[in-house]
Amino acid sequence: MDIRKVKKLIELLEESGIAEIEIKEGEEAVRISRYPNHIPAAPVQMAAAPSPAAVTAETPEATAPSGHKVLSPMVGTFYRSPSPEAEPFVKVGDKINVGDTLCIIEAMKMMNQIEAEVSGTLLSVESESGEPVEFGQMLFVIG
Amino acid sequence: MLEKVLIANRGEIALRIQRACHELGIKTVAVHSTADATLKHVLMAEETVCIGPGPSADSYLNMPAIIAAAEVTDAVAIHPGYGFLSENADFAERVTSSGYTFIGPSAELIRTMGDKISAIHAMKAAGVPCVPGSDGPLPDDPDECLQIGREVGYPVIIKAAAGGGGRGMRVVHNEASLVNSINLTRSEAGSIFGNDTVYMEKFLVRPRHIEFQVIADTHGNAVHLFERDCSMQRRHQKVIEEAPAPGISEEQRMHMGERCAQACRDLGYVNAGTFEFLFEDGEFYFIEMNTRLQVEHPVTEMITGIDIVKEQLRIAAGEPLSFKQEDITLRGHAIECRINAEHPKTFMPSPGRVNTWHPAGGPGVRVDSHLYSGYTVPPYYDSMIGKLIVWGENRDAAIARMTNALNEMVVDGIETNILLHREILQHAAFKAGGTNIHYLEKRLGL
Repeated sequence: MDIRKVKKLIELLEESGIAEIEIKEGEEAVRISRYPNHIPAAPVQMAAAPSPAAVTAETPEATAPSGHKVLSPMVGTFYRSPSPEAEPFVKVGDKINVGDTLCIIEAMKMMNQIEAEVSGTLLSVESESGEPVEFGQMLFVIG
Repeated sequence: MLEKVLIANRGEIALRIQRACHELGIKTVAVHSTADATLKHVLMAEETVCIGPGPSADSYLNMPAIIAAAEVTDAVAIHPGYGFLSENADFAERVTSSGYTFIGPSAELIRTMGDKISAIHAMKAAGVPCVPGSDGPLPDDPDECLQIGREVGYPVIIKAAAGGGGRGMRVVHNEASLVNSINLTRSEAGSIFGNDTVYMEKFLVRPRHIEFQVIADTHGNAVHLFERDCSMQRRHQKVIEEAPAPGISEEQRMHMGERCAQACRDLGYVNAGTFEFLFEDGEFYFIEMNTRLQVEHPVTEMITGIDIVKEQLRIAAGEPLSFKQEDITLRGHAIECRINAEHPKTFMPSPGRVNTWHPAGGPGVRVDSHLYSGYTVPPYYDSMIGKLIVWGENRDAAIARMTNALNEMVVDGIETNILLHREILQHAAFKAGGTNIHYLEKRLGL
């Protein structure tokens, strides 16, 4: 699910009088709700964060293909190519060898190259180029 | 006012900071480890960023991860809470040079106060009384050290300059063990703090721990918010704190408080800070300054009506203090019990799932905790799961209120030290007030 689409939906919600929007796109679904659920119970229903325009999205885990999940080892901005005009380091279907550069994560003005720890074929790209990623966020699946 | 603050901490203090932010209309960014995804303040934050795995070294002590999180969320300021990186001068420096506001004093002041020897020098220059001692680092020459020991007078305590908070110290009762003790403390200090500089102080035999809260803005204003008595300790960890300190006269309070406020002005100190003293035979002796918000700040808030964390945010936003010294009055008495996830007698840590969390309530009862029914206490961090704070019109009323509040609390699923608190509240010595820092350990037979 494109994070920009989700942001647009949140804006839509905030500007309109709509209380809740749910959108399904194939296997992905997003529900955005204006009003939080009862707060003490919210931690039990883990997905609903009790703040206005909380986003509950299908976890990437549910939609990613099976294989070795490449998780982000750091916080920063994820880039698929070495520069804006260049080709991405890897594309779905590419053969991956251990040590191949998969992407760059930029933090504090430094570009960190993330290398493959396993070999195989790139099955999917799970994060959006140019978007922030957190520790543990799924970036790719190699199978 | 700041638009967005990144909370570089966890647990109850992260929630405390978040509450103050939200009340001021400030958005919060909750950074957290993978073990802390279910923390209450994380669930309540506008934005969250996972910064690393459970172990603190890779998450809450991970400076690049925290600053990167500020970057990707466009946070404007970072509140470090207490512990973790709150007194790390390098972190404060990196935050500032990366373009964010560090909610606290300058890196330079953190560094000065972090070195216990330079802190003592700074305090002496400001006219604040200190514990008699070596007045500087101990030399390498053992004979010189023996001479210093004779001048100071036994018993003495050897302390690491880079230590603090009870770590890196050793008591020496007689000359025979001095040189050995110095060497041992040096090597410990070298390996724990990376700095083997040590100094000597006279060891006070039955002191009370009394500390003064100060707060200063960027306009040269500094105010003290009276004192706290934190003598009820076990292994240098505070167990119960109260404000004001029993038996301190109004004159002593205002005199010492003003000395501390003046020291702040002299140093150019900004934001919240605490001057810690040992109090024995009617005299105050400075030991160290904490350049951050303290765990026990609520008892000061209860007797003054001041919200210290909101004030910290205002100061960071460049606003002047919202009060002057003459506006601050002391009302009533407050007590805080630190609730830990540990066995009440063996003190073994007790992480795990809290099936039922039922806090106390009623007038004058305040619970600062991130817990909720169904929350799982992770094993990676210190065991404090909350603070139970009460206010009463006088000390006896506060004790009665705390006793009842402890009886109301239910924490089912893990062990807690609530039973220990219930017992201490019954001790005749506690009820009389003024117990010293060795009291609890002696009484528990430790």
